[in-house]
Amino acid sequence: MTKQPTARNDLLLMAVFTLAILTMPIWAAPFGAGYPDLLQKFAIYGLFAVGFNILFGLTGYLSFGHAAFLGVGSYTAVWSFKLLSMNVIPAVIFGMMTSGLFALLIGYVSLRRSGIYFSILTLAFAQMSYNLAYSVLTPITNGETGLQLAIGDARILDNMFASEAATAIPATNLFGIEMSGYPGFYFCAALLIIGFYIALRITRSPLGTILKAIKSNQNRMNYTGLNTRPYTLTAFVISGMYAGLAGCLLAVTDPLAGAERMQWTASGEVVLMTILGGVGTLLGPVLGAGIIKYFENIFSSYNDQVLHGIFAFLPDPIENVLVAITGLFVGDGWHLTLGALFMVIVIFLPGGVIEGFTRLYSWVRAKVKQDAGGNSVNNGKSQPQSAE
Amino acid sequence: MDSFLLQILNGLDKGGAYALIALGLTLIFGTLGVVNFAHGALFMLGAFCAVSLQKLLTLSVKVKDESITFFEAYKEVPYLEQWFGQTGTTIIEYSVPLSILFSIPIMLAIGLIMERGLIKHFYKRTHAEQILVTFGLAIVLQEIIKACFGANPIPQTPPEFLTGSANLGAWLGMGDNLVYPWWRLVYLAFAGMLISAVFAFLNYTTFGMVVRAGMQDRETVELLGINIDRRFTIVFGLAAVVTGLAGVMYTPILPPDYHIGMDFLVLSFVVVVVGGMGSLRGAVAAGFLLGILQSFASMNAVKSILPGIDQIIIYLVAVIILLVRPRGLMGRKGVMEA
Amino acid sequence: MSILSVNNVNKSFAGLKALNQVNLEVEEGSVHAIIGPNGAGKSTLLNCFVGRLIPDTGTVNFLGQSLLGITPHAINQAGVARVFQTPEIFGDLTLLENVKIPTLAKRDGAFSLRAWSRIDQDSLVTDKAEHILEDVGLIEKRDILAGSLSRGDKRRLELAMCLVQDPKLLLLDEPTAGMSRADTNNTIDLLKRIGERGITKIVIEHDMHVVFSLATKVSVLAQGTVIAEGAPEDMKGDPRVQEAYLGGAHL
Repeated sequence: MTKQPTARNDLLLMAVFTLAILTMPIWAAPFGAGYPDLLQKFAIYGLFAVGFNILFGLTGYLSFGHAAFLGVGSYTAVWSFKLLSMNVIPAVIFGMMTSGLFALLIGYVSLRRSGIYFSILTLAFAQMSYNLAYSVLTPITNGETGLQLAIGDARILDNMFASEAATAIPATNLFGIEMSGYPGFYFCAALLIIGFYIALRITRSPLGTILKAIKSNQNRMNYTGLNTRPYTLTAFVISGMYAGLAGCLLAVTDPLAGAERMQWTASGEVVLMTILGGVGTLLGPVLGAGIIKYFENIFSSYNDQVLHGIFAFLPDPIENVLVAITGLFVGDGWHLTLGALFMVIVIFLPGGVIEGFTRLYSWVRAKVKQDAGGNSVNNGKSQPQSAE
Repeated sequence: MDSFLLQILNGLDKGGAYALIALGLTLIFGTLGVVNFAHGALFMLGAFCAVSLQKLLTLSVKVKDESITFFEAYKEVPYLEQWFGQTGTTIIEYSVPLSILFSIPIMLAIGLIMERGLIKHFYKRTHAEQILVTFGLAIVLQEIIKACFGANPIPQTPPEFLTGSANLGAWLGMGDNLVYPWWRLVYLAFAGMLISAVFAFLNYTTFGMVVRAGMQDRETVELLGINIDRRFTIVFGLAAVVTGLAGVMYTPILPPDYHIGMDFLVLSFVVVVVGGMGSLRGAVAAGFLLGILQSFASMNAVKSILPGIDQIIIYLVAVIILLVRPRGLMGRKGVMEA
Repeated sequence: MSILSVNNVNKSFAGLKALNQVNLEVEEGSVHAIIGPNGAGKSTLLNCFVGRLIPDTGTVNFLGQSLLGITPHAINQAGVARVFQTPEIFGDLTLLENVKIPTLAKRDGAFSLRAWSRIDQDSLVTDKAEHILEDVGLIEKRDILAGSLSRGDKRRLELAMCLVQDPKLLLLDEPTAGMSRADTNNTIDLLKRIGERGITKIVIEHDMHVVFSLATKVSVLAQGTVIAEGAPEDMKGDPRVQEAYLGGAHL
């Protein structure tokens, strides 16, 4: 029996989620993650993964090109800062619009195929965008240097109200509140909560059910009177807009944009986040994004000195060996850990962390039940401790 | 005219690498039905076989530099040179060709271990899961190489008599403008030979025939009492060797770094798709075709008309092929035609 | 009045003629069985009705409208539902969700964006879906994942998914293939009960027991051509039919 979540369950889920995100600065601190830069990343990549999951988790279409939308979002946001205003609202709006349009274009073509062909088509489009961003599109993307703000930028809207010319590059802001540090985090967190709520509504809606049905059986779908293509395209565009929004927020918290954000390994990262947390689950992608960004931060900050400190209590030869081995996985070697994690998850826990929790929960519950039953029925046969 | 020919040669060269990787990729897909995203890593591992051998051969000892008399100076001299003199130097010079022999057993072992240890367990899983697990493996392999050899490209040199350029123009009576690096010609010949060898192996040996039959209809072959699994494992090993050799020989053309595999992987997948999933001939043809197209697209005359076309031509062709003829140029009807 | 009329349909694959000048009239309200030996072209013909295949020449008209070149989902929207040889259901969804999908398709058309309302609070869809599950006797299993059902139950579910759309024409491709005798009889009973709704049905079948318990008319297809047509009783003794089967089926 699968228990269907009711509207009340979902309300509870939303309440807990909102509370957990908003209080993150408090409870993440003991883990060494209580500073705004990292918290912003949690929220931004959480949003990226939640959006990706709308496509991959619901429809089963594995896109290997979502980083392109992230990049488009970033570039648009920086251009909005340069041309219009340092206010983040227009940046977010335009960023989502351009990435949505871009997703519409790429999705329309790519969704003519499914399975591995779809993956390769999206990959091809993302690589084209990446290559172009580095070469002919340099006037828009500023090539390898990346797009940056300058004192002399137009900022039409800002300058309409400003009395004198700027002497320094102004900070991104939300009607005067600077978007760095905790205000920046809370802005991202608010959008994550909204984004999560939208994803929740979509999942529970007729659209969400239809998308799941597409993943389950395309053939039946065709003979059920539903035209699958506009549905998958809708999912593609929505998830592309999430990616664009995440790209905007990256630019909001740190106003520059580079082409490396569009590389296909970056697309691979969001796939990993989603899988690690649990494909098709609501909380999974957020969890996966959090775990990866957390460990990336912790692991890549470790170096040999830190490791020597950790293993200092051991005799020197053992200490050195351990440092040499673990040293492979931390610091610059963080990607090695990431790759290994990727494999372990796909091999042993295809349902991700959420499935792990579910299994653990049902195992514990069965255990508790068994213990309770064992006491009353067959006096300790199944319970060695009480038999003695 | 000269630049035209030059571009064709350039294209054939690049195409040779694409074709070899795509050939391995297709062999694996055709036999095992596995979408192997770790295939680029095999190319990279091959390249680093060459690097390791070079490092091994040039292991050095510090000796006093006699030519400097003002102060105590030391220089590094490879053991080989120290022990064998001129012969040692020659061995070092031939490190890249020697790597071919060196890499064959290594790549074979890597391929067999990969198939038995990991890929085997993913035959029955979805393509998405195959992509993901091999993608993870690719990252792991690439990071291990990075940890061992650093992040910078490591240049390799071909034997001295192959370092210069061949004056093709003079031979063909077309003036002196058509010169082409010797090693690239060697690579082209090598790619051609290796491809022919693979096809000969598949077409003229009993083993190859069984494998091809298995690609067509696995069940029937199994009903005949043939252990197709073990043969497919060996095919995986062979594909690893072919791809690894492509990597070995490419090192003097492009100094390998740890992400050279990823760069080639994406392109080779595109090649396989254009050629037709599971079609060996298609993979080879598409490899050369795309190589040539790419080098034409990077001609200045073309770039001035269509700026940026050199960056996207391959992907563009793939998109068009996938939309117009999803089974690829030479793909069989019904094979992964979704 | 005929609901489906097939005129001079030809279809060949790589030179092999699968259908040769097929003519067929399906009367409204009838249960029309198409029988024939393996490779007679039954499935090919069926695929021409649902838009999976397009005949090389000839016409297929449903209620006076041509079906040629129309996509499967549009044909379904026009009122043609289909049951597959192996039940095609949404294995990862619950039974209730399985039935809700076609209900939505019927109510909202081929594409409609309802991304904000909760599907479980859509009482119209839920009521209809639950009602049909009750009809086919699967209501207790409504919250089970459909993939875990037995084959017989999967067939019931698939039928429910078709019936919930109130189709004008129901195509049944070997509805009892691979079923035990008990399951077969259950399915026949179910089909007879839904027969009372007056839905026109086309049944492709090997099992003559099924054919003679259900059909009001039988067409015999052999080598891509209709070789005989008539009431089931007349077909039993027809020498052409027996020859076509060559004893391949127990007539």
